[in-house]
Amino acid sequence: MRILLVEDDKDVAGFVVRGLKEAGHVVEHADNGRDGLFMAASETFDAVILDRMLPGGIDGLKILETLRSQKNAVPVLILSAMAEVDDRVKGLKAGSDDYLTKPFAFAELLARVEALNRRGKGEGPVTKLVVEDLELDLLSRQVKRGGQKIDLQPREFRLLEYLMRHAGQVVTRTMLLEGVWDYHFDPQTNVIDVHVSRLRQKVDKPFSTGLIHTVRNAGYMLRAEQP
Amino acid sequence: MIDRGLLRSAGLRFGAMYAVLLAISAAALALFLWWSTAGLLDRQTEAAIIADAQGLSERWAEGGLPGLMVTIEDRLAQNVDDDAIYLLADSKMKRIAGNLTSWPPAVSVAGPWYELPIMRAGIKSLASVQRYELPGGFHLLIGRDVQVRSQLRKMLTDALLWAVGGVLLLATIGALVIRNLFRRTLANISATSVAIAGGNFAQRVRLSGRGDEFDQIAEVINDMLDRIGRLMDGVRQVSNAIAHDLRTPITRARTRLEDAALHAESADDLRAAIERATQDLDGIVGVFQALLRIAEIEAGSRRSSFARFDLAPLLAEVADLYGPLAEERGIVLALESPDAVPAFGDKAMIQQAIANLVDNAVKFSPDGGTVRLRAAMSAMIFVSVEDQGAGIPVAERERATDRFYRGETARSTPGSGLGLSLVLAVAHLHGGSLQLEDNKPGLRAVLSLPQADAVESRVSSSSSRLSSEY
Repeated sequence: MRILLVEDDKDVAGFVVRGLKEAGHVVEHADNGRDGLFMAASETFDAVILDRMLPGGIDGLKILETLRSQKNAVPVLILSAMAEVDDRVKGLKAGSDDYLTKPFAFAELLARVEALNRRGKGEGPVTKLVVEDLELDLLSRQVKRGGQKIDLQPREFRLLEYLMRHAGQVVTRTMLLEGVWDYHFDPQTNVIDVHVSRLRQKVDKPFSTGLIHTVRNAGYMLRAEQP
Repeated sequence: MIDRGLLRSAGLRFGAMYAVLLAISAAALALFLWWSTAGLLDRQTEAAIIADAQGLSERWAEGGLPGLMVTIEDRLAQNVDDDAIYLLADSKMKRIAGNLTSWPPAVSVAGPWYELPIMRAGIKSLASVQRYELPGGFHLLIGRDVQVRSQLRKMLTDALLWAVGGVLLLATIGALVIRNLFRRTLANISATSVAIAGGNFAQRVRLSGRGDEFDQIAEVINDMLDRIGRLMDGVRQVSNAIAHDLRTPITRARTRLEDAALHAESADDLRAAIERATQDLDGIVGVFQALLRIAEIEAGSRRSSFARFDLAPLLAEVADLYGPLAEERGIVLALESPDAVPAFGDKAMIQQAIANLVDNAVKFSPDGGTVRLRAAMSAMIFVSVEDQGAGIPVAERERATDRFYRGETARSTPGSGLGLSLVLAVAHLHGGSLQLEDNKPGLRAVLSLPQADAVESRVSSSSSRLSSEY
């Protein structure tokens, strides 16, 4: 992915740039709002990571609003220390695709940015998700693996659907809470782990290979077994 | 030099306003009195003269000059008040009949009213007269002696002038009284404000006990001060709590890092130490986020996002989220709820509050126990969460909702001690409450929230009440 990072804090920026490059992405960095807006408007990126409070008179929201008013639909993730519910609502209203508050874990940022990429492509109306021998039919709401029907609770179905839509990508616990349960707070307890492990019991356990993998210090990933 | 402070004084302004209003009303009253007494007499005189003229002109038409002369003499003879004045003159202004010796030269044309001094029977007097022209060059003057009336008018004028003086004096005194009254009332409020600014926050505005507008203002100010006091206490509590309770995890993280820097023998050791320190820091960030969220809720800024929603599916979702976790430990998470529970508020917050209660209950429930999540509707919506754990001793219940408070029995379980604080804040924001009761054994936490219909009618009838309550 080609990613633009607009962030004025040198330490944070250096850390994010290094991490994204290690993950195999191409990263451009602007350390003020003016340059950030110029680069975002004149070049093509797969995703933009935007700090809200920036020097140079143009803050993150302004950049975002300008981009959206120019019909620029590049996926934007706001990365901000402003953590109140209203701040978040304001960011999403201005047209951001995701909102992550500082301080953050890099794994969380990486997972969310990579998820943006998928969202940006506009996959069209999908009726069936397939990963290796696992099939999820969105219309009949049936799940099969290797032709064998798997019975899932509605919530387990949505959890699996979310994982399959992000197949090959890391999905963090907070992403699952937001995406599957619409919870925007951290329940502190490992509720998500229990749900995933129950899903595993049904989807992975009876079969020879596991599809749902735990990614240490990050979350989960559903992917085909690497050859 | 005029004292500029005095000019700016609102008390003086109100006093002056009082004086001006009093003067204007007194002047209006005087004018009315004048018009209805002196004016009335004048108008009566004029009406009498006009009636006379009418009568005399009729006599002229019937009996000519002799008839008129006789009538004039008759009228003079019959005039009991002795105030009538007639003078009939020929074309050369020579007297033919009447009680004036000569035509007054000032009365030169017919039409206007004349008021002039006359000599009558050797006495100086004042008369109001009008001139009429008769056919054949005769002139007729009809009038009334108004000497007495003009004296009356003068008396009235004098009395009114004195009254104006009196009114001005009264207005000034009234203005001063009002100003002092004003000052005294404000002095009460301003003394309180000064005391508070000086650090004596216990001071309150004194009430006069009359329940008047000033008392109402004083009450509003006192309420406001109480609320500020509570907020300040909250801030003090939080900052103390932060100072004490965050010190522990920060110390732990710091020790881990320092220990690793000094004693780690391999890169793996170092990495493990850093990872654990990062987790500690994440925990601290979590605590901060919870604190901020509570502060945000307590500030009441989220009330703009209130809407009507059904609590029943929300409860089902919470039960669904925690169900597997409970099941892992053999706990039955039972949900009892009506089909629809219309509520009014911030859905996300209520969701978090209920999730916190269920989280606690599952955490403290013994393995194989039952956690009951129940919703009931009466005047309010009651959401109760029951567990069969150790519960909270009566002595600790009061403090259980304090920030960072962790009961003796809770010390060994993970948590920040902020969960119930958040629930309480959410309850207060919605005008509800949180009760902690004994479930024998265990804890029953009852979150009460107002019903949607009750809130909506209250909001529409007085939207200001809701905001002033908290």
